[in-house]
Amino acid sequence: MTINLILLFALILVALWTVMTIRLIRSIVGLALTSAILSVIMYRLHSPLAAVFELSVCSGLISVIFVTTVSFTQRISKEKLRIRRKERLLKFWYLPVILIATAVMLCQHLLTPQFTLPLLVPAQGLGVRDLLWSCRHLDLLGQVVMLLAGAFGVVILFKESRK
Amino acid sequence: MLSLFILIPLLLLFILNLPVKFIRQGAFGLVGLLLSVQILAALLHSLFPWSAFPEILGSFFIFSLAVDNLTLVMLLTIGTVALVSLIVAASTIGQERLRFYFVNLLLICVIGMNAIVLVRDIFSLYVFIEIVSVSSFILIALERNKSAIEGTFKYLMLSAMATVFILSGIACFLLAAGDLSFVSIHSAFYDPAASFILKVAASLFLCGLFIKAGVAPFHGWVMDAYLASPASVSVLLAGVATKISGVYVLLRLFGSVFIVNAPLQNIILFAGAFSIVLGALAALTQDDLKRMLAYSSISQIGYIILALGCATPLAFAGAVFHFFNHAIFKSLLFVNAAALEKRFGSTDMNKLAGQGYKMPVTGITSLMGVLSTAGIPPLSGFWSKLIIILALFSSGRFVYAGIALLASVLTLAYFLVFQRRIFFCKSELQEPALENPGKISRALGFSEISLAIITVVTGAVFVFMPGNWIMPLKGIFW
Repeated sequence: MTINLILLFALILVALWTVMTIRLIRSIVGLALTSAILSVIMYRLHSPLAAVFELSVCSGLISVIFVTTVSFTQRISKEKLRIRRKERLLKFWYLPVILIATAVMLCQHLLTPQFTLPLLVPAQGLGVRDLLWSCRHLDLLGQVVMLLAGAFGVVILFKESRK
Repeated sequence: MLSLFILIPLLLLFILNLPVKFIRQGAFGLVGLLLSVQILAALLHSLFPWSAFPEILGSFFIFSLAVDNLTLVMLLTIGTVALVSLIVAASTIGQERLRFYFVNLLLICVIGMNAIVLVRDIFSLYVFIEIVSVSSFILIALERNKSAIEGTFKYLMLSAMATVFILSGIACFLLAAGDLSFVSIHSAFYDPAASFILKVAASLFLCGLFIKAGVAPFHGWVMDAYLASPASVSVLLAGVATKISGVYVLLRLFGSVFIVNAPLQNIILFAGAFSIVLGALAALTQDDLKRMLAYSSISQIGYIILALGCATPLAFAGAVFHFFNHAIFKSLLFVNAAALEKRFGSTDMNKLAGQGYKMPVTGITSLMGVLSTAGIPPLSGFWSKLIIILALFSSGRFVYAGIALLASVLTLAYFLVFQRRIFFCKSELQEPALENPGKISRALGFSEISLAIITVVTGAVFVFMPGNWIMPLKGIFW
C-alpha cells in the first residue's frame, strides 16, 4: 500500500512538472516518465498487458512522435524564456499547494482501516485475443470508426494546409 | 437488425471513399436516402417491429444493443436533424472538396450518435461519445479560418476535461460493479458497501456530461463552437450532436441506471434552473444571432435538466418531448440564421436590422421557431414546457416551476426583439450582391418549411400523442 501511495504521489508530481515546464522537450520527457510510472502501477495492479502497452505506446512511440514534431519548431530567445518562466510560476503558484493538500488528504483517508478499495480480480483463462474478440466487439468497431475520423481530421486539417 | 443502424452507415462510408467518380458525385443523395430510411424506421416501428428480427450479422458481430421508446425518439431526432444539416450543407458549402468531407464526417457523427442511443454498456457509450466529439471537432474546423480553429480548440480542451471526468467515473463504476453493463451498475446501487465509490463515480460522470451538454457553468465552449462553425455544422451541433452526447446520456442514466436520491436531485435541479436563467439573461444582451441562439440552447437544455432533477415519470416524459421539440425548433432557427447569413453575409443583428422583410419564408418560419421556443400555444414547445412545469408543480417544487415559467417570458422577450429588429421593420440600406440566390433559397426554404411544419403539426396533434407516444416513455424507468 505504501509503495502504491509513493507511486501515485510520484505520478502526480511528474505529471505536474510535465504541464508546468516551459520547454517542450522537458515536457515530453515528463510525459514519458508519467507513462512509465503508470506502467509500474498497472503492473502492480495485476495488469501486465496493459502495463506493456502503456510503456511501449505512450512512453515510447508517442514520445518519438512528439520529439519529431518539436524538431520542426524554433527556439525562443533566452530573455523571452526567462520572462515566460517567471510569468508561469506566478500564475500557477497554487498548483503545488493543491497537490500537497490533496496528498495529505489522500494519505489520511486511504490509510484508515475502514476504507478498502475493491480491487478487481483479473479474469482467469482469458487471453488478450479472447478478451478483444469475444467480449468487446462493439468497442473495437468504435475504435475503427475513431481511426477513420482521425484519418479525415489529418487529411482535412493538415494535408490540405500544406498545399 | 439493430446493428444495421451502425453497420450500414459504416459500409456507406467505405463505399463513398472508393475511387469511383459517380459515387462521389452522388454522395449527398446516398446519405440523404440513408437518413430518410432511418426516419421511416423510427416512425414505423409500431407497425413493423424490425427490432424483433434476429441480427443478420449475428455470427460475426455480437453486439449488446437494445431499443425502447426513448431510443426510437432519439433515432428519429438524429435522422431528421442530420438530414436537415445535409440539405443546408448542399446549399451553403461551395467547394466540392469540403462538401465531400462534410458528408463523410456527418456519416461518422451519425454512426456515433446511433450507437450511443443503442448501446447498453457504459464503456461502449464512452467510445461512441468520443466518436461524436472527434467528428464535431473536425466539422467545426472545416473551413480552417482563425475563428473556426479557435472554436475547435476551446471545444477540444473542455471536451478533453470531460473525457478525464467520464473515464475516471467509468473506472469507479468498474470498481463498484465489476462490470460496465447498465444492468450491473444499476444492481450495484443496491449494495451499501459500494455506496461511496458509486457516489464518486456518478459525480465524476455527471461533471463530464455537463461539459459535453454545455450546461451552465460548463458552457464555455458552446458559443464559440456554434459561432465559428459553418451553418450546416451549427445545425447539426445545436440540433442533435451535443444533445445526444450529453443530454441523452443523462436521460438514459437517470432513467435506467442511477438510483436518484435527494442530494443528487437538488444538484440537478439547481444546475437546470441556473442554466435556464443564465442562458436567457445572456441571450438578451447579444448582438450576434448565432451567439444568441447558442445562449438560448443553454437555456432550453436547462429545462430538460430541470425535468430530470424532478425525477418523476411525468417529468421524464416531458424532458424527452422537449428534447425532440428543441432539436426541431433550434435546428429551424439555425437554418434561418444560415439563410440570413447566406443572403446578407453576416449574422450580426445590427447589420441585419430591417433587412429580413425581403425573405418572407424565413420570416414566417422564424416566427414559428421563436414562438415554439418561448412556449406559446399551440406550438410544440408549449406542450413540452407545460408537461415539465406541471411535473414540477405536482412534485411540490414551486420555486423551480416559477423559475421555468418566468424564464419563458424572458425567452419570449429576447426572441421578439430579434424578430422585430430583423423581420418586422424595413431598412433603406442596400443589401450586398447575391452569389447564387435562387438555388440557395430553394434548398434552405425547403428545410425551413419542413421544420416549421413539424413544429406546428407536433403542437396541433399533441392531444393524440400522450397515450400513444409520450407517456410510454415513462416505461424506461425501473
